[in-house]
Amino acid sequence: MKARVIVTLKNGVLDPQGKAIEGALTSLGVSGITSVRQGKVFDIEISAEDSSQAKQNLKTACEKLLANTVIENYSIEI
Amino acid sequence: MKSAVILFPGSNREGDMIRALRQATHQQPAIVWHADHELPKRTDLVVLPGGFSYGDYLRCGAIAGRASIMEAVRAHAERGGLVLGVCNGFQILCESGILPGVLMRNAHLRFICRMQHLSVEQINSPFTNKYAARQIIKVCIAHGEGNYEADQTTIDRLEGDGRVAFRYCNAEGVIGGSANPNGSRNEIAGIFSEKRNVLGLMPHPENLIDPLVGGIDGRGLFDSLASAA
Repeated sequence: MKARVIVTLKNGVLDPQGKAIEGALTSLGVSGITSVRQGKVFDIEISAEDSSQAKQNLKTACEKLLANTVIENYSIEI
Repeated sequence: MKSAVILFPGSNREGDMIRALRQATHQQPAIVWHADHELPKRTDLVVLPGGFSYGDYLRCGAIAGRASIMEAVRAHAERGGLVLGVCNGFQILCESGILPGVLMRNAHLRFICRMQHLSVEQINSPFTNKYAARQIIKVCIAHGEGNYEADQTTIDRLEGDGRVAFRYCNAEGVIGGSANPNGSRNEIAGIFSEKRNVLGLMPHPENLIDPLVGGIDGRGLFDSLASAA
């Protein structure tokens, strides 16, 4: 089955890349942008008995490698 | 002093590191491949050199931090064995959880490669005992992700336990402000583990061991290590 893992920076963690993108968008004249935070998306093909098993395995993947839980949160969509 | 330098795909400072270790310890360090599971017997010091392991994919040091040799490095550290991580090596130590915190993108988003002064903040360690307290040393930095960050509890613990090894400063020894090249929390350039047997730092002391190439302020670290075992 197909899954998507989204990794984002935790609130309060400074995101210089997001800030730079925010500044670039403003200078391009895109109006109304008040904040940009950059994250990562992983599209994953996973085989498992059912979606809860898949979710459990992906949780392990996030905890072990995909996210650095000191600074990042993750969410899993199946 | 028997040392072992771990080689990851993308390590590129191992040559400088081996030269510095050989100069101080008069012994040839072993080179250990990341896919190995064991360190050479009776290894005193494990070194994770600088570079761009796995091309910095995912996060700097993230994939190397989970390489099979890292279990042996962790066990060595837990036994009280010495571990040194420089630059990418520091990032790998943080990613593997052997040291707390994380190295984030430099605050101004630029890769910085230049000379940098440091204040030696803690000399009571096997890595720094040949320096004088608050000695100002001039070494070099070369990194894009050296902005040390950790939660407040961790920072308080590091500060309270005297585990900040080096801080960025200017030539006069003034810490902070424009002397901080990367936005690092509390101007932290390097930290120790709880028992001070593990040191991770962003600057490259291994490049400052020869008067022909800019100075010898890095020698203190290797001379400290050489006398430790």
